[in-house]
Amino acid sequence: MEHLSGGEIVIRALKDAGVKHVWGYPGGAALHIYDALYRQEDVEHLLVRHEQAAVHAADGFSRSTGEVGTALVTSGPGATNAITGIATAYMDSIPLVVISGQVPKIKIGQDAFQETDMVGVSRPIVKHSFLVTRAEDIAETIAKAYYIASTGRPGPVVVDIPKDVTDPSYKVPYEWPSSIKMRSYQPTNKGHRGQVKRAVKTLLSAKKPIIYSGGGVILDDASEQLTELAQRLNYPVTNTLMGLGAYPATDRQFIGMLGMHGTFEANTAMHESDVIFAVGARFDDRVTNDLDKFCPNATIIHIDVDPTSISKNITAHIPVVGTCTSVLNEMLSIIDELDTKPDAQAIKDWWTKIDQWRADKGIYTASRYEPSGGDIIKPQDVIKALYKETKGDAFITSDVGQHQMFAAQYYLFDKPRRWINSGGLGTMGFGLPAAMGVQLAYPEAQVACVTGEGSIQMCIQELSTCSQYNLPVKIINLNNSALGMVRQWQDMNYSSRYSQSLYEDSLPDFVALAEAYGHVGIKVTRYEDLEEKMRECFAHKDRVVFMDICVDKSEHVYPMQIPGGSMGDLYLNKAEKS
Amino acid sequence: MKRIISILLENESGALSRVVGLFAQRGYNIDTLTVAPTDDDTLSRLTLTTQGDDQMAEQIVKQLHKLIDTIKVVDLTVGSHIERELMLVKIKASEPEVRAELKSSVEIFRGHVVDVTASTYTVQLTGDSDKLDAFIDAVREIGIMEVVRSGVSGISRGDKFLRV
Repeated sequence: MEHLSGGEIVIRALKDAGVKHVWGYPGGAALHIYDALYRQEDVEHLLVRHEQAAVHAADGFSRSTGEVGTALVTSGPGATNAITGIATAYMDSIPLVVISGQVPKIKIGQDAFQETDMVGVSRPIVKHSFLVTRAEDIAETIAKAYYIASTGRPGPVVVDIPKDVTDPSYKVPYEWPSSIKMRSYQPTNKGHRGQVKRAVKTLLSAKKPIIYSGGGVILDDASEQLTELAQRLNYPVTNTLMGLGAYPATDRQFIGMLGMHGTFEANTAMHESDVIFAVGARFDDRVTNDLDKFCPNATIIHIDVDPTSISKNITAHIPVVGTCTSVLNEMLSIIDELDTKPDAQAIKDWWTKIDQWRADKGIYTASRYEPSGGDIIKPQDVIKALYKETKGDAFITSDVGQHQMFAAQYYLFDKPRRWINSGGLGTMGFGLPAAMGVQLAYPEAQVACVTGEGSIQMCIQELSTCSQYNLPVKIINLNNSALGMVRQWQDMNYSSRYSQSLYEDSLPDFVALAEAYGHVGIKVTRYEDLEEKMRECFAHKDRVVFMDICVDKSEHVYPMQIPGGSMGDLYLNKAEKS
Repeated sequence: MKRIISILLENESGALSRVVGLFAQRGYNIDTLTVAPTDDDTLSRLTLTTQGDDQMAEQIVKQLHKLIDTIKVVDLTVGSHIERELMLVKIKASEPEVRAELKSSVEIFRGHVVDVTASTYTVQLTGDSDKLDAFIDAVREIGIMEVVRSGVSGISRGDKFLRV
């Protein structure tokens, strides 16, 4: 049997776990691991400029590919810088393994230089964590970490390794475990047959059904099954922010995103429905609005791999614990077996209603905002131009704020894993490093980060990483010189008292900044230039392009749920309510 | 309503902090908590009591079960069960009549005097939490110096058992 040091085992175990790319940043406690990394060629390391970005990049890689993302950081500040990235992945159930160096065992608890209790600090935001105390345990622990991260409801796993455990002078036999079995961790995959049958019968008996699907469908690669089920039944589909792309957005049966900034037709259909079929969604507060007023007439069928998500906020009448793919497959086969068909007349009437809502107040049937023109560029029109230029087929990452909502509303995602954003934690600074992760996974694809001048400055140092590894992402900066969503809330709730949401004259020249990093910068100030500049941006196939687009400062995101109301209570624009 | 929740946990470092952390993180209260290894030293048995309605108890059980180190979780209050708590109480007892009164109270509650000095009695008592509360009320006026309670341990009645 081969004998390896702890540091070598870490890297070998990564290779055996199928890892090809690690995002990270070296430091004292991780140096033995970094030395082992230097002496091999199987695992490529990408050096970021801040550990938060390492985790976001691994996260973007994972969201776009479905594989587990990997980050490597040192102890203390390296570990704490990774925390925001880990929390981001945790809230959106993204499978990651984050390996952190730790001070030598003998120094743990001594307040040593760069010591942080990483297992303790990360505890509430990880699926699980390990502190490895012996070189002999590294391989099995790493194997467990990948297994836990990627199965059940996915999530980030931290592996904290003290420096003495990776000591190059201490070699132990290396063995990669052929399989992992844990008595305390056995996630449920298949749904309970009886419950699945009940779910199908209820779904088929619906007169005003709606399919409400979330990030779980994307994570479990169940879009195909979801689409087939929806189309076989001719039921309307709405997606959560995290679920966009699970059902083709350009299809007639798609009625838009639901929730706080969801479409009128999706929110109203939810409110008036008699059966809600929730798949891989968790009735988040950004969806439900006031829980007491939530969908009063609906029978709720809820499929989720995580039992804690079921009946947490809204009680499910028919809960099914299982993976989206296996449960949907089973439902499809039960539908085949049954003679029951949906009530065609009722469904037809339901569609007539929905189509009326769409036509009257939908954002896709007519433009619901003032037109762009001259030096007024509406942010919505930027997203439409981006959609047109990329033919709707780009990977779009985003940061957090108005730009994120405009992208979610106006870029119509027809495929899963194309829309990559921090939905749960809402992390500004996510977009650019996530785009790097996507571009690494798909070197030939068009990858755009839709951002704002606020968010982009939270991880802008990564423009340098893009240079080093030739990651030609496109940055679409909706620059309104303000923290737009904060300002929107201040307009709506604080009589336009813009407390700390304006940059005044302090913003950098983003074009010059991009050029300083060796990239292309393009500034757009007039609407008539937008389309052409967008074309120019994507014509630079192998370059990072920073498009700084000055958008209308006064624009708000609509529709918007009225706080304390039902799902269907919406502001449709500054003057009109639903 | 009071809930007694029993957990079989991997006897790993940090496992207890995950359970306690979960309660803090999700805004649940822990009223009592006891934990010790079982006959199988790779396993810890943890019993905790908390307050909550059925829905909350169900969510707590599910959340506990989701922890990777958790092997089994049961809400003992759902079925018939035995609940025991151990208490040690140090009480001022210098006057002869006080000592006599205390001894008779201890007998009534089926406790034991386990340590005696010229001025104190130390009493050991086991039972469910209500009984221990009642004893404290009974001797409060005499002068309690110190109370130590183990927290509730519980086990279900009959054939049901919690084991790997």
